[in-house]
Amino acid sequence: MVTSRQDCRTVYVVGVGQVPVGEHWDKSLRDLAVAALRAAVADGGGEAPGALMLGNMLGSTLSEQQHLGALIADWAGFRGIEAASVESACSSGAAALRQGYLAVKSGEHRLVAVLGAEKMTDSVNGLATAGLAMAADAESEAAIGLSFPAINALLMRRYMHEYGPEREDFAAFAMSSHANAVGNPNAMFRKAVSQKACLLAPTIADPVTLMDSAPMADGAAALILADAETAARLGRTGVRIAGSAVATDSLALQDRNELLYLEAVAASTERALAAANRSREDVDFFEVHDAFTIMSILSLEAAGYAPRGEGFRLAQEGVVVRGGRLPICTMGGLKARGHPVGATGVYQAVEAALQLRGAAGDCQVEGARVGLIQNIGGSGATVVTHVLEAE
Amino acid sequence: MALQLPRDWRLQAQRYRLLGAKCRGCGRVVVPIRPVCPGCGSDDVETIKLSGRGEVYSYTVMYKVPDSFERSVPYVVALVRLEEGALISAQITDVEPEEVVVGLPVEVVFRQWRQYGADGHIVYGYKFRPAMPGMNATQ
Repeated sequence: MVTSRQDCRTVYVVGVGQVPVGEHWDKSLRDLAVAALRAAVADGGGEAPGALMLGNMLGSTLSEQQHLGALIADWAGFRGIEAASVESACSSGAAALRQGYLAVKSGEHRLVAVLGAEKMTDSVNGLATAGLAMAADAESEAAIGLSFPAINALLMRRYMHEYGPEREDFAAFAMSSHANAVGNPNAMFRKAVSQKACLLAPTIADPVTLMDSAPMADGAAALILADAETAARLGRTGVRIAGSAVATDSLALQDRNELLYLEAVAASTERALAAANRSREDVDFFEVHDAFTIMSILSLEAAGYAPRGEGFRLAQEGVVVRGGRLPICTMGGLKARGHPVGATGVYQAVEAALQLRGAAGDCQVEGARVGLIQNIGGSGATVVTHVLEAE
Repeated sequence: MALQLPRDWRLQAQRYRLLGAKCRGCGRVVVPIRPVCPGCGSDDVETIKLSGRGEVYSYTVMYKVPDSFERSVPYVVALVRLEEGALISAQITDVEPEEVVVGLPVEVVFRQWRQYGADGHIVYGYKFRPAMPGMNATQ
Protein backbone atom coordinates (compact mmCIF):
# COMPACT_ATOMS: atom_id res chain seq x y z
CA MET A 1 0.00 0.00 0.00
CA VAL A 2 1.02 3.58 -0.48
CA THR A 3 2.31 4.91 2.79
CA SER A 4 3.97 8.16 1.88
CA ARG A 5 4.29 10.83 -0.73
CA GLN A 6 7.69 9.39 -1.66
CA ASP A 7 6.22 5.94 -2.39
CA CYS A 8 3.68 7.52 -4.65
CA ARG A 9 6.46 8.92 -6.79
CA THR A 10 8.29 5.68 -7.43
CA VAL A 11 8.04 4.97 -11.16
CA TYR A 12 7.22 1.43 -12.27
CA VAL A 13 7.40 -0.18 -15.70
CA VAL A 14 4.02 -1.91 -15.88
CA GLY A 15 3.85 -2.77 -19.58
CA VAL A 16 6.20 -3.43 -22.50
CA GLY A 17 5.65 -3.91 -26.22
CA GLN A 18 7.80 -4.18 -29.34
CA VAL A 19 7.71 -5.11 -32.98
CA PRO A 20 10.57 -7.17 -34.44
CA VAL A 21 13.40 -4.97 -35.68
CA GLY A 22 13.98 -5.34 -39.41
CA GLU A 23 13.04 -4.17 -42.89
CA HIS A 24 9.26 -3.73 -42.78
CA TRP A 25 8.54 -2.88 -46.40
CA ASP A 26 4.79 -3.31 -45.85
CA LYS A 27 4.56 -1.10 -42.77
CA SER A 28 4.71 2.69 -42.32
CA LEU A 29 6.06 4.69 -39.42
CA ARG A 30 2.56 4.94 -37.94
CA ASP A 31 1.87 1.20 -38.44
CA LEU A 32 4.99 0.29 -36.46
CA ALA A 33 4.30 2.86 -33.74
CA VAL A 34 0.67 1.85 -33.23
CA ALA A 35 1.55 -1.87 -33.08
CA ALA A 36 4.20 -1.38 -30.37
CA LEU A 37 2.05 1.01 -28.34
CA ARG A 38 -1.04 -1.23 -28.44
CA ALA A 39 1.11 -4.20 -27.37
CA ALA A 40 2.51 -2.28 -24.39
CA VAL A 41 -0.92 -1.05 -23.29
CA ALA A 42 -2.28 -4.62 -23.42
CA ASP A 43 0.73 -5.91 -21.45
CA GLY A 44 0.18 -3.16 -18.87
CA GLY A 45 -3.41 -4.12 -18.10
CA GLY A 46 -5.24 -2.42 -20.95
CA GLU A 47 -5.87 1.02 -19.40
CA ALA A 48 -5.50 4.11 -21.56
CA PRO A 49 -2.43 6.18 -20.63
CA GLY A 50 -2.81 9.81 -19.61
CA ALA A 51 0.05 10.94 -21.82
CA LEU A 52 2.31 9.75 -24.63
CA MET A 53 6.00 10.69 -24.97
CA LEU A 54 7.34 9.63 -28.36
CA GLY A 55 10.99 9.43 -29.48
CA ASN A 56 11.80 9.74 -33.19
CA MET A 57 14.72 11.17 -35.17
CA LEU A 58 14.10 10.88 -38.91
CA GLY A 59 10.34 11.19 -39.43
CA SER A 60 10.67 14.64 -40.96
CA THR A 61 13.48 13.59 -43.30
CA LEU A 62 12.41 10.12 -44.43
CA SER A 63 8.63 10.00 -43.87
CA GLU A 64 7.96 13.72 -44.33
CA GLN A 65 5.96 13.54 -41.13
CA GLN A 66 6.33 15.50 -37.94
CA HIS A 67 3.76 16.11 -35.22
CA LEU A 68 3.95 12.42 -34.32
CA GLY A 69 2.66 12.73 -30.75
CA ALA A 70 -0.88 13.64 -31.71
CA LEU A 71 -0.83 11.44 -34.81
CA ILE A 72 0.08 8.26 -32.97
CA ALA A 73 -2.14 9.02 -29.96
CA ASP A 74 -5.07 9.30 -32.36
CA TRP A 75 -4.23 6.26 -34.50
CA ALA A 76 -3.59 4.10 -31.45
CA GLY A 77 -7.04 4.89 -30.06
CA PHE A 78 -6.11 7.47 -27.46
CA ARG A 79 -7.31 10.67 -29.14
CA GLY A 80 -7.43 13.49 -26.64
CA ILE A 81 -4.52 12.61 -24.35
CA GLU A 82 -1.43 14.77 -23.86
CA ALA A 83 1.21 13.81 -26.43
CA ALA A 84 4.47 15.16 -27.82
CA SER A 85 7.57 13.93 -29.58
CA VAL A 86 11.11 14.28 -28.30
CA GLU A 87 14.23 14.50 -30.46
CA SER A 88 17.89 14.09 -29.53
CA ALA A 89 19.24 12.13 -32.52
CA CYS A 90 19.91 8.45 -31.75
CA SER A 91 19.04 9.02 -28.08
CA SER A 92 15.51 10.23 -28.88
CA GLY A 93 13.97 7.03 -27.49
CA ALA A 94 15.60 7.28 -24.08
CA ALA A 95 14.97 11.02 -24.04
CA ALA A 96 11.25 10.21 -24.39
CA LEU A 97 11.60 7.69 -21.57
CA ARG A 98 13.20 10.41 -19.45
CA GLN A 99 10.23 12.73 -20.12
CA GLY A 100 7.75 9.96 -19.32
CA TYR A 101 9.62 9.22 -16.12
CA LEU A 102 9.54 12.89 -15.10
CA ALA A 103 5.82 13.10 -15.87
CA VAL A 104 5.08 10.27 -13.41
CA LYS A 105 7.77 11.24 -10.89
CA SER A 106 6.40 14.78 -10.67
CA GLY A 107 2.91 13.53 -9.90
CA GLU A 108 1.46 15.21 -13.00
CA HIS A 109 0.46 11.87 -14.54
CA ARG A 110 -0.19 8.44 -13.05
CA LEU A 111 0.00 6.31 -16.20
CA VAL A 112 2.21 7.35 -19.13
CA ALA A 113 3.12 5.67 -22.41
CA VAL A 114 6.67 5.98 -23.78
CA LEU A 115 7.20 5.07 -27.42
CA GLY A 116 10.22 4.98 -29.72
CA ALA A 117 9.52 4.59 -33.43
CA GLU A 118 11.67 4.83 -36.55
CA LYS A 119 11.12 4.03 -40.24
CA MET A 120 14.46 4.01 -42.08
CA THR A 121 13.92 1.85 -45.16
CA ASP A 122 11.70 4.37 -47.00
CA SER A 123 14.80 6.15 -48.28
CA VAL A 124 16.91 6.05 -51.41
CA ASN A 125 20.46 7.07 -52.31
CA GLY A 126 22.19 9.02 -49.57
CA LEU A 127 19.11 10.43 -47.87
CA ALA A 128 19.29 8.23 -44.76
CA THR A 129 23.06 8.81 -44.61
CA ALA A 130 22.47 12.56 -44.80
CA GLY A 131 19.68 12.29 -42.22
CA LEU A 132 21.91 10.47 -39.75
CA ALA A 133 24.64 13.07 -40.31
CA MET A 134 22.22 15.62 -38.84
CA ALA A 135 23.21 14.19 -35.46
CA ALA A 136 26.58 15.85 -36.04
CA ASP A 137 27.36 19.58 -36.31
CA ALA A 138 25.88 20.74 -39.63
CA GLU A 139 28.30 23.65 -40.11
CA SER A 140 31.64 22.11 -39.14
CA GLU A 141 31.15 18.36 -39.76
CA ALA A 142 28.33 17.53 -42.20
CA ALA A 143 29.27 20.54 -44.38
CA ILE A 144 32.73 19.17 -45.17
CA GLY A 145 31.41 15.74 -46.15
CA LEU A 146 31.62 13.76 -42.93
CA SER A 147 29.11 10.93 -42.56
CA PHE A 148 28.18 9.43 -39.22
CA PRO A 149 30.28 6.26 -39.73
CA ALA A 150 33.20 8.54 -40.68
CA ILE A 151 32.92 10.41 -37.39
CA ASN A 152 33.22 7.10 -35.57
CA ALA A 153 36.12 6.19 -37.83
CA LEU A 154 37.96 9.30 -36.61
CA LEU A 155 37.47 8.12 -33.02
CA MET A 156 38.47 4.53 -33.84
CA ARG A 157 41.63 5.52 -35.77
CA ARG A 158 42.88 7.75 -32.96
CA TYR A 159 42.07 5.06 -30.38
CA MET A 160 44.04 2.47 -32.38
CA HIS A 161 46.93 4.94 -32.72
CA GLU A 162 47.10 5.67 -28.99
CA TYR A 163 46.35 2.28 -27.44
CA GLY A 164 47.20 -0.31 -30.09
CA PRO A 165 44.21 -2.69 -30.12
CA GLU A 166 44.02 -5.25 -32.92
CA ARG A 167 41.10 -5.80 -35.30
CA GLU A 168 40.31 -8.95 -33.30
CA ASP A 169 39.59 -6.83 -30.22
CA PHE A 170 36.89 -4.88 -32.05
CA ALA A 171 35.52 -8.01 -33.71
CA ALA A 172 34.96 -9.61 -30.29
CA PHE A 173 32.33 -6.97 -29.47
CA ALA A 174 30.39 -7.61 -32.70
CA MET A 175 30.63 -11.38 -32.19
CA SER A 176 29.27 -11.05 -28.65
CA SER A 177 26.28 -8.97 -29.73
CA HIS A 178 25.45 -11.36 -32.56
CA ALA A 179 25.73 -14.40 -30.27
CA ASN A 180 23.31 -12.74 -27.84
CA ALA A 181 20.78 -11.91 -30.57
CA VAL A 182 20.31 -15.57 -31.49
CA GLY A 183 17.94 -15.99 -28.54
CA ASN A 184 15.96 -12.78 -29.15
CA PRO A 185 12.88 -13.33 -31.35
CA ASN A 186 12.68 -9.56 -32.01
CA ALA A 187 16.28 -9.17 -33.20
CA MET A 188 17.14 -8.29 -36.80
CA PHE A 189 20.14 -10.64 -37.10
CA ARG A 190 19.57 -13.87 -35.13
CA LYS A 191 22.81 -15.29 -36.35
CA ALA A 192 26.22 -15.76 -34.75
CA VAL A 193 29.16 -14.43 -36.76
CA SER A 194 32.71 -15.78 -36.89
CA GLN A 195 35.87 -13.81 -36.25
CA LYS A 196 36.82 -14.47 -39.86
CA ALA A 197 33.56 -12.88 -41.10
CA CYS A 198 34.30 -9.79 -38.99
CA LEU A 199 37.88 -9.51 -40.20
CA LEU A 200 36.84 -9.83 -43.86
CA ALA A 201 33.91 -7.40 -43.65
CA PRO A 202 33.90 -4.57 -46.22
CA THR A 203 35.10 -1.13 -45.16
CA ILE A 204 32.55 1.68 -44.78
CA ALA A 205 34.84 4.47 -43.58
CA ASP A 206 38.33 3.20 -42.87
CA PRO A 207 38.93 1.70 -40.28
CA VAL A 208 35.18 1.20 -39.59
CA THR A 209 33.83 -1.89 -41.37
CA LEU A 210 30.33 -3.24 -41.82
CA MET A 211 30.85 -5.48 -38.78
CA ASP A 212 31.85 -2.49 -36.62
CA SER A 213 28.50 -0.82 -37.43
CA ALA A 214 24.92 -1.31 -36.31
CA PRO A 215 22.43 -1.71 -39.17
CA MET A 216 19.76 0.78 -40.21
CA ALA A 217 16.36 -0.73 -39.51
CA ASP A 218 12.67 -0.15 -38.96
CA GLY A 219 11.22 -0.67 -35.51
CA ALA A 220 9.07 0.52 -32.63
CA ALA A 221 9.03 -0.28 -28.93
CA ALA A 222 6.93 1.01 -26.04
CA LEU A 223 6.69 1.08 -22.26
CA ILE A 224 3.87 1.92 -19.90
CA LEU A 225 5.02 3.74 -16.75
CA ALA A 226 2.92 4.08 -13.59
CA ASP A 227 3.18 5.48 -10.11
CA ALA A 228 3.23 3.11 -7.12
CA GLU A 229 -0.48 3.21 -6.36
CA THR A 230 -1.46 2.57 -9.97
CA ALA A 231 1.16 -0.16 -10.39
CA ALA A 232 -0.11 -1.88 -7.24
CA ARG A 233 -3.72 -1.67 -8.44
CA LEU A 234 -2.67 -3.19 -11.76
CA GLY A 235 -0.68 -5.89 -9.96
CA ARG A 236 2.48 -4.95 -11.85
CA THR A 237 5.14 -3.81 -9.38
CA GLY A 238 7.94 -6.09 -10.59
CA VAL A 239 10.22 -3.52 -12.25
CA ARG A 240 10.93 0.07 -11.31
CA ILE A 241 13.08 2.90 -12.64
CA ALA A 242 15.55 3.51 -9.84
CA GLY A 243 17.68 6.16 -11.55
CA SER A 244 17.45 8.46 -14.56
CA ALA A 245 19.90 11.05 -15.86
CA VAL A 246 20.91 12.96 -18.98
CA ALA A 247 24.20 14.72 -19.71
CA THR A 248 25.44 16.59 -22.78
CA ASP A 249 28.69 17.36 -24.60
CA SER A 250 29.65 19.14 -27.82
CA LEU A 251 28.12 17.84 -31.05
CA ALA A 252 31.37 18.31 -32.97
CA LEU A 253 34.34 16.07 -32.19
CA GLN A 254 36.67 19.03 -32.70
CA ASP A 255 35.14 20.81 -29.71
CA ARG A 256 35.56 17.98 -27.16
CA ASN A 257 37.81 18.51 -24.17
CA GLU A 258 39.41 15.11 -24.82
CA LEU A 259 38.60 13.27 -28.02
CA LEU A 260 38.67 9.76 -26.53
CA TYR A 261 36.90 10.47 -23.26
CA LEU A 262 33.08 10.64 -23.43
CA GLU A 263 32.43 13.13 -20.64
CA ALA A 264 28.63 12.90 -20.97
CA VAL A 265 28.80 9.12 -20.55
CA ALA A 266 30.79 9.57 -17.35
CA ALA A 267 28.46 12.25 -15.99
CA SER A 268 25.14 10.61 -16.81
CA THR A 269 26.27 7.18 -15.59
CA GLU A 270 27.43 8.66 -12.32
CA ARG A 271 24.20 10.64 -11.81
CA ALA A 272 21.92 7.71 -12.66
CA LEU A 273 23.77 5.32 -10.34
CA ALA A 274 23.78 7.92 -7.56
CA ALA A 275 20.03 8.46 -7.96
CA ALA A 276 19.54 4.69 -7.63
CA ASN A 277 21.96 4.57 -4.69
CA ARG A 278 23.95 1.93 -6.54
CA SER A 279 27.61 1.37 -7.33
CA ARG A 280 29.02 0.10 -10.63
CA GLU A 281 29.60 -3.29 -9.03
CA ASP A 282 25.87 -3.68 -8.24
CA VAL A 283 25.01 -3.72 -11.95
CA ASP A 284 24.09 -7.18 -13.29
CA PHE A 285 23.99 -6.22 -16.98
CA PHE A 286 24.67 -3.12 -19.06
CA GLU A 287 22.81 -2.28 -22.27
CA VAL A 288 25.58 -0.35 -24.03
CA HIS A 289 24.95 1.90 -27.05
CA ASP A 290 27.00 -0.22 -29.49
CA ALA A 291 26.20 1.76 -32.64
CA PHE A 292 29.87 1.21 -33.49
CA THR A 293 32.36 -1.09 -31.76
CA ILE A 294 34.44 1.95 -30.78
CA MET A 295 31.41 3.44 -28.98
CA SER A 296 31.08 0.30 -26.82
CA ILE A 297 34.74 0.56 -25.84
CA LEU A 298 34.70 4.31 -25.12
CA SER A 299 31.42 3.92 -23.19
CA LEU A 300 32.78 1.15 -20.97
CA GLU A 301 35.84 3.26 -20.19
CA ALA A 302 33.97 6.50 -19.46
CA ALA A 303 31.34 4.64 -17.40
CA GLY A 304 34.18 3.43 -15.19
CA TYR A 305 34.26 -0.25 -16.14
CA ALA A 306 37.79 -0.07 -17.56
CA PRO A 307 40.74 2.31 -17.30
CA ARG A 308 41.26 4.58 -20.30
CA GLY A 309 42.86 2.67 -23.13
CA GLU A 310 41.97 -0.71 -21.63
CA GLY A 311 38.30 -1.09 -22.56
CA PHE A 312 39.09 -2.87 -25.82
CA ARG A 313 40.20 -5.92 -23.83
CA LEU A 314 36.83 -6.54 -22.13
CA ALA A 315 35.22 -8.61 -24.89
CA GLN A 316 38.25 -10.79 -25.69
CA GLU A 317 38.79 -11.37 -21.97
CA GLY A 318 35.18 -12.50 -21.54
CA VAL A 319 34.13 -9.80 -19.07
CA VAL A 320 31.27 -8.31 -21.09
CA VAL A 321 30.08 -11.42 -22.93
CA ARG A 322 27.26 -13.77 -21.95
CA GLY A 323 28.19 -15.42 -18.65
CA GLY A 324 30.86 -12.80 -17.93
CA ARG A 325 31.03 -10.47 -14.93
CA LEU A 326 29.20 -7.65 -16.75
CA PRO A 327 27.21 -8.89 -19.76
CA ILE A 328 26.45 -6.12 -22.28
CA CYS A 329 23.95 -5.95 -25.15
CA THR A 330 22.25 -9.02 -23.70
CA MET A 331 19.59 -9.29 -26.42
CA GLY A 332 21.86 -8.38 -29.33
CA GLY A 333 22.44 -4.68 -28.77
CA LEU A 334 22.29 -2.17 -31.59
CA LYS A 335 24.65 -4.31 -33.68
CA ALA A 336 22.47 -7.42 -33.93
CA ARG A 337 19.02 -6.53 -32.55
CA GLY A 338 19.26 -3.62 -34.99
CA HIS A 339 19.36 0.17 -34.64
CA PRO A 340 16.12 1.93 -35.63
CA VAL A 341 17.69 5.11 -34.30
CA GLY A 342 14.92 6.96 -32.46
CA ALA A 343 13.42 3.69 -31.20
CA THR A 344 16.64 2.15 -29.90
CA GLY A 345 16.55 3.64 -26.40
CA VAL A 346 13.08 2.23 -25.80
CA TYR A 347 14.10 -1.22 -27.10
CA GLN A 348 16.92 -1.15 -24.54
CA ALA A 349 14.42 -0.39 -21.76
CA VAL A 350 11.97 -3.07 -22.93
CA GLU A 351 14.80 -5.63 -22.98
CA ALA A 352 16.00 -4.59 -19.53
CA ALA A 353 12.45 -4.92 -18.16
CA LEU A 354 12.19 -8.42 -19.64
CA GLN A 355 15.52 -9.38 -18.03
CA LEU A 356 14.33 -8.10 -14.64
CA ARG A 357 11.01 -9.92 -14.97
CA GLY A 358 12.95 -13.10 -15.69
CA ALA A 359 11.16 -13.19 -19.05
CA ALA A 360 14.12 -12.80 -21.40
CA GLY A 361 13.93 -16.40 -22.59
CA ASP A 362 17.13 -17.73 -24.10
CA CYS A 363 18.78 -14.35 -23.44
CA GLN A 364 18.09 -14.43 -19.70
CA VAL A 365 20.88 -13.17 -17.42
CA GLU A 366 20.42 -15.47 -14.41
CA GLY A 367 19.44 -13.65 -11.24
CA ALA A 368 19.44 -10.20 -12.84
CA ARG A 369 18.26 -7.59 -10.33
CA VAL A 370 19.91 -4.33 -11.50
CA GLY A 371 20.16 -3.24 -15.13
CA LEU A 372 22.00 -0.21 -16.51
CA ILE A 373 20.84 1.11 -19.89
CA GLN A 374 22.49 3.84 -21.90
CA ASN A 375 21.35 5.52 -25.12
CA ILE A 376 23.69 7.92 -26.93
CA GLY A 377 22.85 10.72 -29.36
CA GLY A 378 25.49 11.61 -31.93
CA SER A 379 29.00 10.53 -31.03
CA GLY A 380 28.40 11.30 -27.35
CA ALA A 381 26.66 14.71 -27.34
CA THR A 382 23.54 13.48 -25.54
CA VAL A 383 23.80 10.52 -23.16
CA VAL A 384 20.68 9.21 -21.42
CA THR A 385 21.21 6.64 -18.67
CA HIS A 386 18.64 4.71 -16.66
CA VAL A 387 18.91 2.18 -13.85
CA LEU A 388 16.10 -0.38 -13.78
CA GLU A 389 15.64 -2.69 -10.81
CA ALA A 390 13.60 -5.75 -9.96
CA GLU A 391 11.47 -5.24 -6.85
CA MET B 1 15.68 20.73 -48.84
CA ALA B 2 16.39 23.98 -47.07
CA LEU B 3 17.34 27.09 -49.05
CA GLN B 4 21.12 26.63 -49.23
CA LEU B 5 22.13 29.84 -50.99
CA PRO B 6 21.61 32.30 -48.10
CA ARG B 7 23.22 29.83 -45.70
CA ASP B 8 26.29 29.36 -47.84
CA TRP B 9 26.54 33.13 -48.34
CA ARG B 10 26.26 33.67 -44.58
CA LEU B 11 29.01 31.16 -43.80
CA GLN B 12 31.55 32.60 -46.26
CA ALA B 13 33.71 34.26 -43.62
CA GLN B 14 33.95 31.05 -41.63
CA ARG B 15 34.84 28.99 -44.70
CA TYR B 16 37.09 31.41 -46.63
CA ARG B 17 39.21 32.76 -43.77
CA LEU B 18 40.39 30.34 -41.14
CA LEU B 19 39.28 32.20 -38.02
CA GLY B 20 39.23 30.95 -34.46
CA ALA B 21 37.90 32.13 -31.13
CA LYS B 22 40.49 32.59 -28.39
CA CYS B 23 39.31 32.90 -24.80
CA ARG B 24 40.96 35.71 -22.89
CA GLY B 25 40.08 33.88 -19.67
CA CYS B 26 41.44 30.34 -20.11
CA GLY B 27 43.35 30.72 -23.38
CA ARG B 28 41.49 27.98 -25.23
CA VAL B 29 41.23 28.29 -29.01
CA VAL B 30 38.28 26.81 -30.94
CA VAL B 31 37.15 26.82 -34.58
CA PRO B 32 34.85 28.29 -35.82
CA ILE B 33 34.41 31.54 -33.93
CA ARG B 34 31.69 31.45 -31.28
CA PRO B 35 30.51 33.98 -28.70
CA VAL B 36 31.13 31.90 -25.55
CA CYS B 37 34.19 29.81 -24.63
CA PRO B 38 33.16 26.12 -24.47
CA GLY B 39 35.92 25.46 -21.95
CA CYS B 40 35.21 27.97 -19.18
CA GLY B 41 31.95 29.69 -20.21
CA SER B 42 33.50 33.15 -20.48
CA ASP B 43 32.15 35.51 -23.12
CA ASP B 44 35.43 37.42 -23.21
CA VAL B 45 36.61 35.83 -26.44
CA GLU B 46 38.53 37.40 -29.33
CA THR B 47 38.64 36.46 -32.99
CA ILE B 48 42.08 35.39 -34.17
CA LYS B 49 43.49 34.52 -37.58
CA LEU B 50 44.88 30.99 -37.53
CA SER B 51 48.16 30.07 -39.20
CA GLY B 52 46.62 27.22 -41.15
CA ARG B 53 49.44 24.87 -40.16
CA GLY B 54 49.00 21.72 -38.16
CA GLU B 55 49.18 17.95 -38.28
CA VAL B 56 46.77 15.08 -38.86
CA TYR B 57 45.37 13.93 -35.49
CA SER B 58 43.04 11.26 -36.93
CA TYR B 59 41.62 10.50 -40.37
CA THR B 60 39.33 8.28 -42.42
CA VAL B 61 38.86 7.48 -46.09
CA MET B 62 35.26 7.77 -47.29
CA TYR B 63 33.63 5.75 -50.06
CA LYS B 64 29.94 5.91 -49.09
CA VAL B 65 29.21 9.63 -48.94
CA PRO B 66 26.28 12.01 -48.39
CA ASP B 67 24.48 13.52 -51.38
CA SER B 68 26.34 16.24 -53.34
CA PHE B 69 29.79 14.93 -52.35
CA GLU B 70 29.87 12.17 -55.00
CA ARG B 71 32.32 14.01 -57.24
CA SER B 72 35.12 13.72 -54.71
CA VAL B 73 34.89 9.98 -53.90
CA PRO B 74 37.03 8.60 -52.41
CA TYR B 75 38.13 11.41 -50.13
CA VAL B 76 40.09 11.70 -46.91
CA VAL B 77 38.59 13.51 -43.93
CA ALA B 78 40.76 14.29 -40.93
CA LEU B 79 40.80 15.92 -37.57
CA VAL B 80 43.71 18.36 -37.85
CA ARG B 81 45.45 19.64 -34.72
CA LEU B 82 46.30 23.25 -35.55
CA GLU B 83 49.44 24.97 -34.23
CA GLU B 84 47.24 27.10 -31.99
CA GLY B 85 45.90 23.95 -30.28
CA ALA B 86 42.40 23.73 -31.77
CA LEU B 87 41.13 20.66 -33.61
CA ILE B 88 39.30 21.11 -36.91
CA SER B 89 37.52 18.61 -39.18
CA ALA B 90 38.51 19.00 -42.82
CA GLN B 91 39.19 17.11 -46.02
CA ILE B 92 42.82 16.35 -46.90
CA THR B 93 43.47 17.07 -50.57
CA ASP B 94 46.31 16.78 -53.12
CA VAL B 95 47.25 13.41 -51.65
CA GLU B 96 46.72 9.70 -52.24
CA PRO B 97 44.66 8.23 -49.38
CA GLU B 98 47.37 5.69 -48.51
CA GLU B 99 49.90 8.51 -47.99
CA VAL B 100 47.97 9.97 -45.05
CA VAL B 101 49.20 9.01 -41.57
CA VAL B 102 48.59 10.31 -38.05
CA GLY B 103 51.13 13.09 -37.50
CA LEU B 104 51.38 14.16 -41.15
CA PRO B 105 52.20 17.92 -41.29
CA VAL B 106 49.50 19.78 -43.26
CA GLU B 107 48.65 23.33 -44.36
CA VAL B 108 45.40 24.99 -45.31
CA VAL B 109 44.32 25.52 -48.93
CA PHE B 110 41.20 26.96 -50.59
CA ARG B 111 39.17 24.38 -52.51
CA GLN B 112 35.75 23.36 -53.83
CA TRP B 113 33.62 21.60 -51.19
CA ARG B 114 30.46 20.46 -52.95
CA GLN B 115 28.00 21.16 -55.76
CA TYR B 116 24.23 21.02 -55.43
CA GLY B 117 23.42 19.08 -58.62
CA ALA B 118 24.48 19.97 -62.18
CA ASP B 119 22.73 23.36 -62.06
CA GLY B 120 23.28 24.09 -58.39
CA HIS B 121 25.76 26.49 -56.88
CA ILE B 122 29.26 25.41 -55.90
CA VAL B 123 30.43 25.74 -52.32
CA TYR B 124 34.07 26.58 -51.55
CA GLY B 125 36.04 26.50 -48.33
CA TYR B 126 39.12 25.28 -46.47
CA LYS B 127 40.84 21.94 -46.96
CA PHE B 128 44.31 20.85 -45.93
CA ARG B 129 47.16 19.34 -47.96
CA PRO B 130 50.53 17.87 -47.00
CA ALA B 131 52.77 20.76 -45.91
CA MET B 132 55.15 21.96 -48.60
CA PRO B 133 58.00 23.82 -46.82
CA GLY B 134 59.18 26.79 -48.85
CA MET B 135 56.00 26.87 -50.93
CA ASN B 136 53.85 28.40 -48.20
CA ALA B 137 53.45 32.15 -48.65
CA THR B 138 53.06 32.69 -44.91
CA GLN B 139 56.45 31.18 -44.07
